[in-house]
Amino acid sequence: MPPPGASVAGWGEIMQGLAIRLAQESPIPLDVTLSCRPGELLALVGPSGSGKSTILRSIAGLYRPQTAHIVCDGEIWADSTTGRDVPTRLRRIGLVPQSYALFPHLTARENVLAAIREEPAVDADRRADEFLALVNLKGLEGRRPAELSGGQQQRVAVARALARNPRVLLLDEPFSAVDKMTRGRLYQELAGLRTKLAMPVILVTHDLDEALMLADTLCLLHRGSILQTGAPLEVLQRPATVEAARLVGQRNIFPARVAGHDPDKGITRLDWRERPLEVRLQSRWKPGADIAWLIPPSKVILHRRDRQSRGEAENPVQGTITSLIALGDTIISAVKLDRAERRELTFHVPRHVAERNRVALGEHVGLSLLAEAIHLMPAAEPRGRRS
Amino acid sequence: MDWTALKLSLELGFLTVLALLPIGVLVGRWLAHSHFSGRDVVEAIIALPLVLPPTVFGYYLLVSFGQASPLGQFWQAMTGRPLVFTFEGLLIASIIFNLPFAIQPMQRSFEAIAPEIREAAACCGMGWWETLRRIDLPLAWPGILTAMVLSFAHTLGEFGIVLMVGGSIPGETKTIAISIYDRVQAFDDASAWTMSLVLLAVSLVTIALTYAASRRIGRRLG
Repeated sequence: MPPPGASVAGWGEIMQGLAIRLAQESPIPLDVTLSCRPGELLALVGPSGSGKSTILRSIAGLYRPQTAHIVCDGEIWADSTTGRDVPTRLRRIGLVPQSYALFPHLTARENVLAAIREEPAVDADRRADEFLALVNLKGLEGRRPAELSGGQQQRVAVARALARNPRVLLLDEPFSAVDKMTRGRLYQELAGLRTKLAMPVILVTHDLDEALMLADTLCLLHRGSILQTGAPLEVLQRPATVEAARLVGQRNIFPARVAGHDPDKGITRLDWRERPLEVRLQSRWKPGADIAWLIPPSKVILHRRDRQSRGEAENPVQGTITSLIALGDTIISAVKLDRAERRELTFHVPRHVAERNRVALGEHVGLSLLAEAIHLMPAAEPRGRRS
Repeated sequence: MDWTALKLSLELGFLTVLALLPIGVLVGRWLAHSHFSGRDVVEAIIALPLVLPPTVFGYYLLVSFGQASPLGQFWQAMTGRPLVFTFEGLLIASIIFNLPFAIQPMQRSFEAIAPEIREAAACCGMGWWETLRRIDLPLAWPGILTAMVLSFAHTLGEFGIVLMVGGSIPGETKTIAISIYDRVQAFDDASAWTMSLVLLAVSLVTIALTYAASRRIGRRLG
């Protein structure tokens, strides 16, 4: 990863894969620097309007931000300082748009053929069928898009993108237009396909689970800026800021003050509204500093009613259940904590555990917050500060 | 029945359509896909023949084609023939007053092609010409056909402009529409009736053929 703000021009010779830097104030604010190695799948995740599709379109040359440096395999595709701007058709990108954008008047084979360049016609036909076989569409080569299901259309779009022999594969929410069952199958297929691909793959999605399942690296975007880049699970469980935490769906975020560290025991002590809290050692925070902490709902453990267990000594809290939502085998529950905490604490509990412990609205329950899972963040981060 | 007039009209119609096909495709596609500040003005100028009275339009063409005009003089110098009251002049006038009938349907059908489709073509590595040939023309075909038929039918029926620019010279500028008028003036109702019927039949058949063709293409694209 090049340092933020570095000029991309110098990376040209050393970079394998894709490196970009985009910036502009309006109409869509953008300020991103990112790179993607060959074979890596980078997921751009963010709410709508976060600029993720704009980044993808900029890489494809379909959008031109005021400042753009795009280098792919050492080839400069865009450099706004020199005015260099390689047109889309010469960039060798494979794009799978959200709507697939298949050519409606052409068959599946002809759609794929349209992306095959510089090959004799006989070979091209064979290659097109090979790409269709690669995405499990053998036997459907002669069908037009209107005669294919949504999932099959998506596969044609992927085959067409690959037939371009692309230097970078760009997937713009490619799973959003198919039903849930098909989506599951397409995830598996893409995961399988990836092992055969040697180019950088960039996936735009607003679905965190999708990114978690498919991506090597997750890049969390908000208002055109990168909030955090890292391994998907890392970003999800250890967001760098409160803003990032909210975007990845973390709900148990509370303010506290660092009371001190105990490196021998491997713990950091917090003062959470006069309530002591022991968390995994995170010594980069100075004692006395105001911070925010989070705990994933799955790491809040319900105390058993029938007997006490040793784990209950770990950050015990009490509260009254204010909501219960059953989601399959998991119950999502919110608790109004005793004492002065305004915000509710959300926790997940398996249905059988909830039933055995008579979890019901208005019940008073005891909970433990697992110290290992508590993650600390800066108390407040001004928006859009990072580049 | 004035066969010479019918032949002249058909010739004029075919040549007009032939000339308008590339013009309509290029201008229509350009207007459909480019966004510049003067676009409204260009579109308004093209649409002018739709709203201007044919005699007014014909008068302006007559003046600008005349022996005294630079265009008329240039044409005379190049070909040795005048532009007014000749078939060539009539053809040029016909092309001009058919511009909206040719360009507008083509423009609409190019506009109907989703931008993502054209972007996909670029991503596939297609250039300007290849995109036109492999993507735009096959997809915009119904609109192009409609434009050609409209222009053809309109050429057969145009009266005011033809009379202003071409006069009524048999075998040169006397189209079937003029001939019908001529016959009515001469109380030759039988001829006028026959020629009107022929014109009606030709118009009906061409329009019906276009509709059938468009529907078949529409079904194919599903």
